[in-house]
Amino acid sequence: MSYFGNIYRGIKTLLTGMSVTGKYFLTSRKGAITQQYPDNRDTLKMFDRFRGEVVMPHDEVNEHRCTGCQKCEIACPNGSIEIIWDRQVDPETGKKKKMIDQHIYHLGMCTMCGLCIEACPTDAIKWAQNFENSVYDRSYLTKVLNKPGSKVKAGIED
Amino acid sequence: MNITLSITKNIHNWLFSIMPEGIASIAEMVLIAVVYLAIFAVAGLYLVLLERKVAAWFQLRIGPNRVGYWGLLQTMADALKLVSKELTGTVKADKFLYNLAPYFVIVTALMALAVFPFTQEFQAFDINIGVLFLLAISSIGVIGILLGGWSSNNKFALIGAMRSGVQTISYELSVGLSILTMVLISGSLQLSEIVEVQKNGWLIVQGHIPAVIAFMIFMIAGTAETNRAPFDLVEAESELGAGFHTEYSGMKFAYFFLAEFINMFIIAAIGTTLFFGGWLSPFGITESIPWLGVFWFVGKTLILVFLMMWFRWTFPRLRIDQLLTLEWKYLLPLNLLNIVLMALIVWLNLTIQF
Repeated sequence: MSYFGNIYRGIKTLLTGMSVTGKYFLTSRKGAITQQYPDNRDTLKMFDRFRGEVVMPHDEVNEHRCTGCQKCEIACPNGSIEIIWDRQVDPETGKKKKMIDQHIYHLGMCTMCGLCIEACPTDAIKWAQNFENSVYDRSYLTKVLNKPGSKVKAGIED
Repeated sequence: MNITLSITKNIHNWLFSIMPEGIASIAEMVLIAVVYLAIFAVAGLYLVLLERKVAAWFQLRIGPNRVGYWGLLQTMADALKLVSKELTGTVKADKFLYNLAPYFVIVTALMALAVFPFTQEFQAFDINIGVLFLLAISSIGVIGILLGGWSSNNKFALIGAMRSGVQTISYELSVGLSILTMVLISGSLQLSEIVEVQKNGWLIVQGHIPAVIAFMIFMIAGTAETNRAPFDLVEAESELGAGFHTEYSGMKFAYFFLAEFINMFIIAAIGTTLFFGGWLSPFGITESIPWLGVFWFVGKTLILVFLMMWFRWTFPRLRIDQLLTLEWKYLLPLNLLNIVLMALIVWLNLTIQF
């Protein structure tokens, strides 16, 4: 490239860059991405892909989808998930079956890597967009995900 | 001392009526120095605020908006915090030079302000070699940076200071030559005289092509002179911590910081005076009200300051070899050619006069 061609190209590309940032400057009022957090607490909606904490959704008759396969426990790289399970007699079939007693999740140890959610074959756990997770004692960060008295939804294991 | 705007004339007469002549002129000098210090310390703080706001808008953020209405007191609070902080230093630092360096930087920055004509006859020091004085003063500032980097006994600071030396000395040349181009057309080194010449049209219009080239070179070299991005490899945060002022804290750091912003104002003010008619209003619309010149001067200066902020938040930082290539292979030869072109235009009377 010739000497003057270099200068021309240099100036042109610099002006292109400046026009891009200039456009951002002029539209920044409308497009400001800053959330003024404590002020807009009521209206603030977190993004769908935000990883707040792991939750286990329950339907209206208190049934979850967790079969107690422990794949999430194995997938977790730092042991944030502990599953306490038991073999109980299924009242419908009369056979012994693996059922969860407590799905324990240590939020304080969780790195939000999401491997447990990818590992779950029945979509029993998913991300919540809740972000106000601070508590006064770390023991509150240990959570039991399945609600008391809940049981696995019928037909999930098939 | 050439202050004869009516209010300053009144103060001048009053001072000389109550004191003997010698004491009165000393008192006047002290008064002017205090006024300049106060105004430009505050102006520097507000330039910092402006920079932060502009940066936020370029990056789709909001910027400081908590302290005072619209964040207007943010930098005041920062300055108060810096005043109250401990002044630290390294163990084997050269204490004398280490303490001296910030004053070199801030004093030269404030001294350069003295020669600007803010409006008609509103100028602290109307020296007849004003442009030369500005160039000389602004090259002293680099000594402060070199001293600060060398004496703080820190590798980052030393590397930053050495880069600063390379950069400032190289780009001083371009600033000087582009100013020289404008001196060719204005025919004077006195800043008030240069503004006077522009009553027939601003110099960037009078000198058309070479003046525009000179302005572009001046803005590039001026940005480099103030060590701002994209030429901020003196204090490149990602490479050197904070560069030459890594070891400074509290008020000494604030001096460096303030000096950077006052220097930016100075470069913009030189640009305004040499290219855009200083305090002259466009098409002479407010010629009958001389004090409005301050408004036009500050307005034009702020536009150029905004241009430099625009550069900062758009362009990535140059590598040291790219920096020197830009200066020695591009700006300098172009500048020399430009001077010849300008000389031809002045000689053949091809300037545009209104």
